[in-house]
Amino acid sequence: MNPELRNILLENSDEIIQDWMDDLKNSKLKEYKSAVSEDLIEQVNREFVNVIFSKLTDEKTSESLEQLSERIVNLGWPLGYLTEGMQSFRSICIRKIIEEVNRDDHEFFLEVMDGVNNWVDPVKNELINKYSTNWTNIISLQKVALQELSAPLIPVMEGITVMPLVGTIDTDRAKLIMENLLDGVIKHRADVVLIDITGVPVVDTMVAHHIIQAAEAVRLIGATCILVGIRPEIAQTIVNLGIDLSKFPTKSSLKRGFEKALELTEREVVSTNEETGKVVDELISSIDKE
Amino acid sequence: MKGALTNVPITKEWDIVGARQSGRNMARDLGFGSVDQARIATAISELARNIYLYAGSGEVSFEEVQGEAPVGIKIIASDNGPGIKDITKVMEDGYSTSGGLGAGLPGVKRLMDDFDMESNEEGTKITIVKWLR
Repeated sequence: MNPELRNILLENSDEIIQDWMDDLKNSKLKEYKSAVSEDLIEQVNREFVNVIFSKLTDEKTSESLEQLSERIVNLGWPLGYLTEGMQSFRSICIRKIIEEVNRDDHEFFLEVMDGVNNWVDPVKNELINKYSTNWTNIISLQKVALQELSAPLIPVMEGITVMPLVGTIDTDRAKLIMENLLDGVIKHRADVVLIDITGVPVVDTMVAHHIIQAAEAVRLIGATCILVGIRPEIAQTIVNLGIDLSKFPTKSSLKRGFEKALELTEREVVSTNEETGKVVDELISSIDKE
Repeated sequence: MKGALTNVPITKEWDIVGARQSGRNMARDLGFGSVDQARIATAISELARNIYLYAGSGEVSFEEVQGEAPVGIKIIASDNGPGIKDITKVMEDGYSTSGGLGAGLPGVKRLMDDFDMESNEEGTKITIVKWLR
């Protein structure tokens, strides 16, 4: 920036800061910051002013700027508050310079504009970039987290594994389900796999298609697939859609599916004590009612 | 809320979820039972997926209507895609150009009460209605 302009800014820095703080207090930005204490806002705003003015005298203050922007991102302030605050800072600075220097030609005005913009914009960009990288990070982390709980395969006993599916199945998840299913069947040497769709909100033709394909693939590697957890309304929509699920057994609940799986592997649950056996049966049936 | 119109643009696969969520919410607000809600959500899912798969982008809109019954939900799925070449064929069970089950459109027709389709080179518009009985 033109040294002359820079000196004006530095000489009037106290006044600019005061104006800016007042402006922030009076503006509609108030609605943003109901959850944050006034002191904290003032403290951070002062810090910001220090950083931006030191940027004016010394170009190499990117480290303190980075620290500040990281702090602001961690505070979780709305981006709108920052950009509006920055905008008002810019206009106050421009106004101040124009008031101080008594010239009103276009050339001068443009010079002031460019100078101030070149000073404020990098700071603004830095902050916005910090915000957006932070968001992208969060999104990618959540994607990973979601993928981790996407399609778990649980071996319940020798030869029997369960895959509970929760949530919407899209193309990516369908692929993952198929891979996990086949890997798991081989790894756990499963004879029967129960796919539980209790937590799948909508079964349309695509979801059904993927399930049928998965079941068919499981059949090809020598295991049996049982589809369980079909809620009554899902059963009706499947019938309405005209989807043929007759190629593999289906059951309403995981419990029934498990009984079927035991039957297929020629086993049954026997109680070692008749009394406790009854109690357990009652318990199970009472859970089933719920 | 009467006559209220909501639009959900479809451009990504996840928009399908958004479309059927808003459709399901509207159906619930109108008083549809859980079975009908599932039917409506499934039908929206099919139509929105068709938009995503074949046209790339489009939109699904919802509207409350009166007619055969005091209350109904009308869903319009429209796109500017290449259109459907053979309308009679797509309404046959088991016909699919993408290796799917081919149950989508005929299934939607069975899930809903009214079904209407217009399609030419400039796009496709499918209107479906479910009445609250």
